[in-house]
Amino acid sequence: MLSTIAMVLSLIVGLSLIYLLIRTIQGHPVERRIVFIYIGLAVVLPLLMNKTLPLPITKDVQKLYDQLEKLQPGSKVLCAFDYDPPSAPELQPMAVAFLKYAFKKDLKIIIMGLWPQGPQQAQQAIEEAMLDPIIAGKNLVQGEDWVNLGFQSGNEFVIQSMGTEFKRMFPKDNRHIAYGEIPLLQDVVNFSNVDFVINFSAGKPGTTEWVQFGVDRFGFEMVAGNTAVQAPMMYPYLRTGQLKGLLGGMSGAAEFEKILDEKGKASTFLLAQTFAHATVIIFIIIGNLAFFSSRKKKMAGTP
Amino acid sequence: MKRQLPLILVFVFGTLMVIQYFVPHENSEIVKGFLLDWIVIIGIFALALGLWSLVQVSVAKINSRKENWEYPLVTLISLTVMIFFGFTSHAENASWWGYFLAITVFLVALWMFLQGFMGQAANRNMKLLGGLGLLIVFSLLAIFDNSWEFKFYTAEGLTNQMFVHFFDYIMIPLQATMFALLAFFITSASYRAFRARNLLATLLLISALIVMLRFTPGPWGEYLAKTSAWVMNVPNLAAQRAIVIGIGLGIVATALKVILGIERGYMGKG
Repeated sequence: MLSTIAMVLSLIVGLSLIYLLIRTIQGHPVERRIVFIYIGLAVVLPLLMNKTLPLPITKDVQKLYDQLEKLQPGSKVLCAFDYDPPSAPELQPMAVAFLKYAFKKDLKIIIMGLWPQGPQQAQQAIEEAMLDPIIAGKNLVQGEDWVNLGFQSGNEFVIQSMGTEFKRMFPKDNRHIAYGEIPLLQDVVNFSNVDFVINFSAGKPGTTEWVQFGVDRFGFEMVAGNTAVQAPMMYPYLRTGQLKGLLGGMSGAAEFEKILDEKGKASTFLLAQTFAHATVIIFIIIGNLAFFSSRKKKMAGTP
Repeated sequence: MKRQLPLILVFVFGTLMVIQYFVPHENSEIVKGFLLDWIVIIGIFALALGLWSLVQVSVAKINSRKENWEYPLVTLISLTVMIFFGFTSHAENASWWGYFLAITVFLVALWMFLQGFMGQAANRNMKLLGGLGLLIVFSLLAIFDNSWEFKFYTAEGLTNQMFVHFFDYIMIPLQATMFALLAFFITSASYRAFRARNLLATLLLISALIVMLRFTPGPWGEYLAKTSAWVMNVPNLAAQRAIVIGIGLGIVATALKVILGIERGYMGKG
């Protein structure tokens, strides 16, 4: 019922944009507050529709998935959480979907962060993943199946130091248990002892630093999940093979959920984002039409 | 010597790190590890300096009652309270009153100390004495109130209920709200300023439309998705490569200038 009402309302809102278009051409520009109302509705209404978009899987997401599929149960994956709450709507669904996949596949997860709030985002993602009945049934143990090493300051220098010894940068985990006493880390000295690296990044330090100071120097295999703003900057690293796969923004997160068959928040959020994008585009078109019609009038008025 | 010593240090350590990168020997790794530890330590000092600078600026604003002086006050209180929660733990099922009383006493004591050190000269000693008195009261509360305790050397504070709740229910929603507001301002700004005035602006506009509309259902969507992938993989990739190579060369040039002492901006003078 709510979904139908939301769809009808969206249709009405869409049609009212045509009225705004006509008004603008007539010389009555839209007020800023009206633009705000429309974008607000464009974000909220799709969230009530309970629908998802028919999403094609892009090559970069497919490559990332293929890399993950190659990992054997028991493989150790270093997971770097380099983001904070403002970027969580895009990156948290990726992290949750990955952790669900990893725990179901019995991968061993080593969490760390170059951003102070990263490890706390990881903790939230783990709590969400643990709500899955299959994962809950596995009775996973912190320290044996996954470990959260917390945050370390020093940006790219932390990555460089980890190339020699993880323990140097993370002498204790987030529960304050010494590195040497954590069963999962018994034979993990540096990058050569982890099978794979995945990085969720919203800026600097993030994927660029991991590629330049980690992949290039220590030669481990890595994939990344980035915000939509940052993702286009990663294409050079993708094409050279320094990055084995990339999830870009909300669409990347939704594709990842689809390919893993783990429907989550990104699939719902993507519809809202697409509606918001469509609204932005319509307003840009309205603005341009108003601009050209006023320019035409001015030119006609000049002697 | 005052000017020459930093130049010598930069030259020696800069050259050492460049050479070290190409020497995969155990001793080389030890040197690298030692120097990287220094960077982390210096970074932590920068954090402490940043905190002190924040406190100084905030107290000065509050004391001079500049416009919006209430905001620095909220900043200082939030900073202190979060640090306090991070370093303490609260006993399960115990009353919260003692804990909150201790925080209040601590905040007032801290404020009196700050006023004593950084405030106006009048009554400076009185404020310092008042702060000291309250600190003693706070210490007594810490000793005799069993509902909470300090956890300086363990990470229990990070799982403190108040610390987690402040992060989950205040910090996350506030930061998310600030970021969400961007959607409104970007739409409004695009509507008012994104105009196809010339060829480049038109190209940018068309590319943006293609990338944003790539999820449109139906055959149009498929075509747009393919075009969007081309935009990202060809023109975008070419431009990004040029930028990355340009930045790389710029970094090498600047690093060489710093190592050779041509660029001396880090010493406070250009």
